[in-house]
Amino acid sequence: MTDSMQHDSAAPAHHKALPLAGNSAVPFFTPGVIVIAILAAAGVATLIARLFLGLGAITNFNDQYPWGIWIGIDVASGVALAAGGFTMAFIAHVMNNEKYHVLVRPALLTAAIGYTFVGLGVCIDLGRYYNIWHVMMPSMWQGNSALFEVGMCVMIYLTVLYIEFLPIVCERFIGRVNLPGVLSKMNGFLDGLLRILDKTLARVMTFFIIAGVVLSCAHQSSLGTLMAIAPSKLYPLWHTPVLPLLFLLSAFAVGLAMAIFESVLASRSFKRPIEMDVLSPLARMIPLLLVVYFAAKVIDLVNRDAWQLLFQANFRALMFWIEIGVGVILPTFLFLSHRLRRSPVWLFSAAAMVVFGVVLNRFNVFVTGYTPPYSEGQYFPAWTEIMLTVGMISLIVLLYRIWVFIFPVLPAEEEVEHA
Amino acid sequence: MVSRRDFLKITGTAAGTAALTAVGAEASAPHPKLDPDRFGVLTDTTLCIGCRRCEWACAEQNGLPHGDLESYGDISVFEKMRRPDAESYTVVNRYSPPTGTEQPLDVKVQCLHCEHPACVSACIVGALEKSPMGPVIYDPWKCIGCRYCMIACPFQIPAYEYANPLTPMVMKCTMCSERTLEEGRPPACVEMCPPEALVFGRRSELLELAHRRIVENPDRYHPEVIGEHIAGGTSWLMITDRPATEIDIPDLPNESPAVITETIQHGIFKGFTGPLMLFGILSILMKSSSDKRKEKEDEND
Repeated sequence: MTDSMQHDSAAPAHHKALPLAGNSAVPFFTPGVIVIAILAAAGVATLIARLFLGLGAITNFNDQYPWGIWIGIDVASGVALAAGGFTMAFIAHVMNNEKYHVLVRPALLTAAIGYTFVGLGVCIDLGRYYNIWHVMMPSMWQGNSALFEVGMCVMIYLTVLYIEFLPIVCERFIGRVNLPGVLSKMNGFLDGLLRILDKTLARVMTFFIIAGVVLSCAHQSSLGTLMAIAPSKLYPLWHTPVLPLLFLLSAFAVGLAMAIFESVLASRSFKRPIEMDVLSPLARMIPLLLVVYFAAKVIDLVNRDAWQLLFQANFRALMFWIEIGVGVILPTFLFLSHRLRRSPVWLFSAAAMVVFGVVLNRFNVFVTGYTPPYSEGQYFPAWTEIMLTVGMISLIVLLYRIWVFIFPVLPAEEEVEHA
Repeated sequence: MVSRRDFLKITGTAAGTAALTAVGAEASAPHPKLDPDRFGVLTDTTLCIGCRRCEWACAEQNGLPHGDLESYGDISVFEKMRRPDAESYTVVNRYSPPTGTEQPLDVKVQCLHCEHPACVSACIVGALEKSPMGPVIYDPWKCIGCRYCMIACPFQIPAYEYANPLTPMVMKCTMCSERTLEEGRPPACVEMCPPEALVFGRRSELLELAHRRIVENPDRYHPEVIGEHIAGGTSWLMITDRPATEIDIPDLPNESPAVITETIQHGIFKGFTGPLMLFGILSILMKSSSDKRKEKEDEND
């Protein structure tokens, strides 16, 4: 069982990954990165303002619309877009698909950073964020709550993701522990510890990989269960008892799309050839997943007799059409074409559409589709809400860049060229 | 393409589970253990005179901001429909008189204390609890401030202290639980009500009283006790002269919305069967794919 892991955790024979620092001519700071750093700083400033001034001062939340874009985008979309972690773990490790191993580490890193920010996003939104530890106290466990399930699963899964990332940290420092001055006496000891840790991890990693997939399926779907509790408030185009199934199916598709999306972006940013030999075959699986998701959505709409709402001329119907048209139908056809799958531009565009479609779906379920009975006008986010969301996304991008510079996440360049 | 086929397998399993739970949603979920003698309040809107003294008594009792009793005689507030908010657990709204009469209809709004409350079911840490004796009670010390209760409530009742930066609370009627449960006294609003439009008592007896009034005065009442069945039933009952939707009670089914999510949750996670099964399937898949790859490698060697 552990055999499959050793390729990845211990010295990888087939796919060597290297940190960019010292192995790439690309500088850490570019004009784009500086812009992102400024946005991230603005986001952190907004976060501090939120902590001291409270939700009322920073947001447009009110008694009619208690949730806004922080739940719709930072949390719900964040979870969906981090699905690359478990879908790639499934394809590469569970199904032992050697070819895709190069994509596992970037997807894992995205998931680890992404889920860290999902947790942070939840805390930012909580009125009493300092009570978040209550969720872990058995005396307060509340098994009826879908939110409890999501909270527990996300916390455990985040831990699993960190454990899955540890072998990469070991690989980075084994044989390279070099503390300065007096501390240098510790070098040998620390190196030994890292080696023991690495060996232990290699033995138990199978368990964590499978657990990660199971935990992901559980909370990706439970995130959909959340809004199922509001049948009279969520617009019927989106409210259905099978919301958890729809969330899970769309997470499968967007997991692969995200792996392609970020791989292309990273290649461009780090001036490396795009890994078309891996990405094109990966893209072949997406239409099937999208068709299954699409079919489930259509069957559900017909089943509940809600399809007529699609043909009413209103804002929500339009949002649904965009979600399905641009996010599901169009990319299905694009990905089906062999020629377009081999084109980096089309491949990237189609993946971006799937990502957009799933984000819009989560946004519709949590924000635009929410129709409280006593509403005094539609919720629209405050500029400070938007600034915080943009800032947190920028911070994610920045952290990803820092991590790939320090740790061996991206495949060594020679190999990409030779592949 | 092994991965494709196996993706389908997993998807199939998930679809099956979800389909089963969707079917199961028809069945009713377990109710909290309610006391047969639990309390309730009956609002007879046809007796209400719109004096708003209940609003004052509520604010006084619960330490909410309020002026003196006289200031509540101001009827200009009836110009628009109001909702309970972070500073008031209850408000009275005025509706047009029934045809052929002059007396307007005044309707008191507050938490209805559902029998199977969606807010309680939603609460991640059990900060909201349904007392077996009726009231839905909030414990701010447990609360993490996620506001999922506000999403869940079909009557849009819980309000939030957004203006409080550090210790915001969910604000809603408590049915004066410290009076009703600990002292057996009626809630402040009931005790204050001059025309006795509010009656406190055992829910079962209030239901009888409500039905008796409807039967004895068929011209005065619309033949429905609001709260008997709506959203799984509520501890606070109402009788009025017109259909519930005309006094802005949402049109809801007779099943608590909590039944949907509780059925899904328990269907998937009961005894962790679902997750454990998935774990088993994935382990088998991983083992077999690993074996297959080894065979291939051996052939190549």
